[in-house]
Amino acid sequence: MEHTATSSLTATSALLYWIPLLPLLGAAFNLLLGRKLGRGVVHLVACGSVAAALVVGLIASASQLYPLWHQWHRLAETGQHGGVPALVYSAFDWISAGNVSINLGLLLDPLSSVMVFVITFVGFLIHVYSMGYMAHDRDYARFFGYLNLFTGSMLLLVLGDNLIVLFVGWEGVGVCSYLLIGFWYDKDGTEKPGDANASAGRKAFIVNRIGDFAFILGMFLIFSAAGTLNVVELQGKIGELMGIWSPLGQKMAVSVAAVAGLLLLVGATGKSAQIPLFVWLPDAMAGPTPVSALIHAATMVTAGVYMVARLNFVFMLSPTLMGVVALVGAVTALFAATIGFAQTDIKKVLAYSTISQLGYMFIGVGVGAFAGGVFHLFTHAFFKACLFLGAGSVIHAMSGKQDIREMGGLSKKLPLTHWTFAVSCVAIAGIFPFSGFFSKDEILWRALSTANPGWGAWYPTLVYALALAAAFCTAFYMFRLYFLTFRGECRADEKTRHHIHESPLRMTMPLVVLAIGAAGLGLLGLPGVTHLPNYFEEWLKPVVERGPELAAAVHLIRPVGPGALAQSHGLEVGLMLVSLLVALIGIFMARSLYRDGISPSVGRMTEGMSGFYRLVRDKYRIDELYRFLVVRPVQLLALFLWRVVDAVLIDLVAVNILGGWVTDTVGRLSRRLQNGNVQRYLVGLVGGLALVVLISSCPPDNFEVLSQGQKVTWVAPGQAVTLRALQPGDNQDQRQLQYRWSYGDGTPDSPWAGSPAISHAFNKPGRYTVRLEVQDPRWHTKASRTRELEVR
Amino acid sequence: MIPTTYVLGLSLILFFIGLLGVLIRRNALIVMMSVELMLNAVNVALIGFSRARGDTQGQGLVFFIIALAAAEAAVGLAIVVAVFRTRRTVNVDEITLMRN
Repeated sequence: MEHTATSSLTATSALLYWIPLLPLLGAAFNLLLGRKLGRGVVHLVACGSVAAALVVGLIASASQLYPLWHQWHRLAETGQHGGVPALVYSAFDWISAGNVSINLGLLLDPLSSVMVFVITFVGFLIHVYSMGYMAHDRDYARFFGYLNLFTGSMLLLVLGDNLIVLFVGWEGVGVCSYLLIGFWYDKDGTEKPGDANASAGRKAFIVNRIGDFAFILGMFLIFSAAGTLNVVELQGKIGELMGIWSPLGQKMAVSVAAVAGLLLLVGATGKSAQIPLFVWLPDAMAGPTPVSALIHAATMVTAGVYMVARLNFVFMLSPTLMGVVALVGAVTALFAATIGFAQTDIKKVLAYSTISQLGYMFIGVGVGAFAGGVFHLFTHAFFKACLFLGAGSVIHAMSGKQDIREMGGLSKKLPLTHWTFAVSCVAIAGIFPFSGFFSKDEILWRALSTANPGWGAWYPTLVYALALAAAFCTAFYMFRLYFLTFRGECRADEKTRHHIHESPLRMTMPLVVLAIGAAGLGLLGLPGVTHLPNYFEEWLKPVVERGPELAAAVHLIRPVGPGALAQSHGLEVGLMLVSLLVALIGIFMARSLYRDGISPSVGRMTEGMSGFYRLVRDKYRIDELYRFLVVRPVQLLALFLWRVVDAVLIDLVAVNILGGWVTDTVGRLSRRLQNGNVQRYLVGLVGGLALVVLISSCPPDNFEVLSQGQKVTWVAPGQAVTLRALQPGDNQDQRQLQYRWSYGDGTPDSPWAGSPAISHAFNKPGRYTVRLEVQDPRWHTKASRTRELEVR
Repeated sequence: MIPTTYVLGLSLILFFIGLLGVLIRRNALIVMMSVELMLNAVNVALIGFSRARGDTQGQGLVFFIIALAAAEAAVGLAIVVAVFRTRRTVNVDEITLMRN
């Protein structure tokens, strides 16, 4: 029943491959031809291809996926569970080796449809914005080519129906991230032009590689246990995933899912900038601001959250692992938020805010609120993209300056930027009824109301406390940023101040659209207490709700909340008020301290705890710690490998001394062969020829004993066996060989005959010496061979 | 009628005499003569086969080989003369410029 139901909810749709293909084609066009063509063509192709992907995605979701989803809900109402409603498309059989078979397959289910919408919609707006932001850049076509390549890779990531295709997209977005962070690799004005930008790109790439390595190991483990990497097939392999992974011995038995999930989580912390691999994201702000908005806020960094939500059935198998996911998220959320207090670069504040918000999403998926985590991903994409693009607009106006201490009072000169920025600040701070309030509150509520059997009873309270503290910090540093940038007196120098202007329409229009989304989209996911439909959760339900197969193991995997607590609406409303209050306190503290520039009391407070303040300002010196623990040892090892292994062992000893001696000796010996005496050469030639003639004229002298076509070493009495001479060389027919056999005593038992095979039955048990004679009657050459044969 | 085997035996003997001459004689003129001997051994074998098969293909081939041998002798002798003019010797052991 399960299978028939599954197939009825799955349909093949050829629309799917157009979704990633269109931006990839745009990228190919712009990267190959863009330089030669005008800017009009370049941005038309770039924006057009993303817009087309958006339209195709919407058509596929609305006209093909929605009916399937509807069918799922009808089935669910009758108590049946019929798999996940999904559109699939298998482009071709990509890898086929042994029992490995990987399709280049795409899968559009409710989860990936949300991601496709976010990527193409927000991506399109950012493409439009970039037309204004990058208008004066030399490498216009290269920029849009990379941006399209990124969009295509990201779409491949979310649409892949197996982890390999997902990983191709995963690496593809990593490459594009690297390319775009170092986009201004030759930017002038420093001693080594653009060097910092290029090394920021390298840092992002290398840190991600560490995570990716763990990700690959996780995939290997899943494959070796379940024999497939297809996410649909994997859901039927719960038993295999629950199997024991026991290289550590039975005493330390853990399930495959726990180990594989932990490895995948490490991969996710790399891509989604969580502790311990978050260090690359702040540096990634070296890239152009639209890149920061698209890649390092709205889409790519959410890939880790998406992956956990996609593989929710793997993660749910281990409550301990789920606890780790949520705890990583909670600690990161608070940790990054506190760093945001002391940053002075407008983009760095937003970068740490992104890390912090990603932490929230990990809390969401870590407490089993997969829909909640993805909902926060969804709303975050809007308000954070809006914030970054707003910051870009500010930087644009400030002639490239990014230090908020030199800003202030921009609200009058940049009205549209100011309003959209303010709306997004309110949204991210979680003020009712803006979108951040709903998504963040859903996560907070689920964090507190979900017990985790893998951890102690204190666990939900700890996660909730960390998340709530992070919420306070978020409200504080965001409004610190807002007040320092837009309110008070302008602190810029005369020249910059003279130059401040509102950005062109193609930059402000995306801001307005995103701000509307940031304000209103929370209404898609109303909390349960209102008894109004939560469209977002309903839409994702088929993906995160498990079938009976998994439900059987559910007491192990689903973090179950204490019944009374989970049902208590009063508590839910109370918690909402608490988080609202906390956010408002943060905002008012920021207002009182930063309304008119940095107030003197800030200086007194930081002086009072100057050690701690410096630690926070230096980002807890994590970079320095990693430099000491990881980078320096690697560099020392590299230095050793270069100076000792490469230069001395290989270049000097192996190549110059040993290799020189070998070539010299061999050469000195072999040159004697080439002595110029043609007669000696001829001797070699004739000798070789004679050898060839000798070998090819030898009659075959080996034979085999066959019984019913099989080679045997012994035979039963009376059993007929075939004796057959083996015939090396060619032209056997023309050689007209003759064969004669003797079966025991050495006297020939058969006459000379032209057939190489003969049949004979040995009647008495014992050992026989079988003898084959071969002759070539034309040359009178003969050969013979004897073999022992046992008859028993 | 003389058996073909005898003709082939003669051919074989001539061929190996020629081969030995090519391999061991020092005088370039003798070496060339030995090469001619090997060619003629082949001619004898071809005539023997031609007679045994009763057709003339082998005989036709022999004429080609005779013509080829004449041309080869002319070129070879010219080379030997040229070598003798520059090096005052036709000893092949001493003509080893193309070495190492």
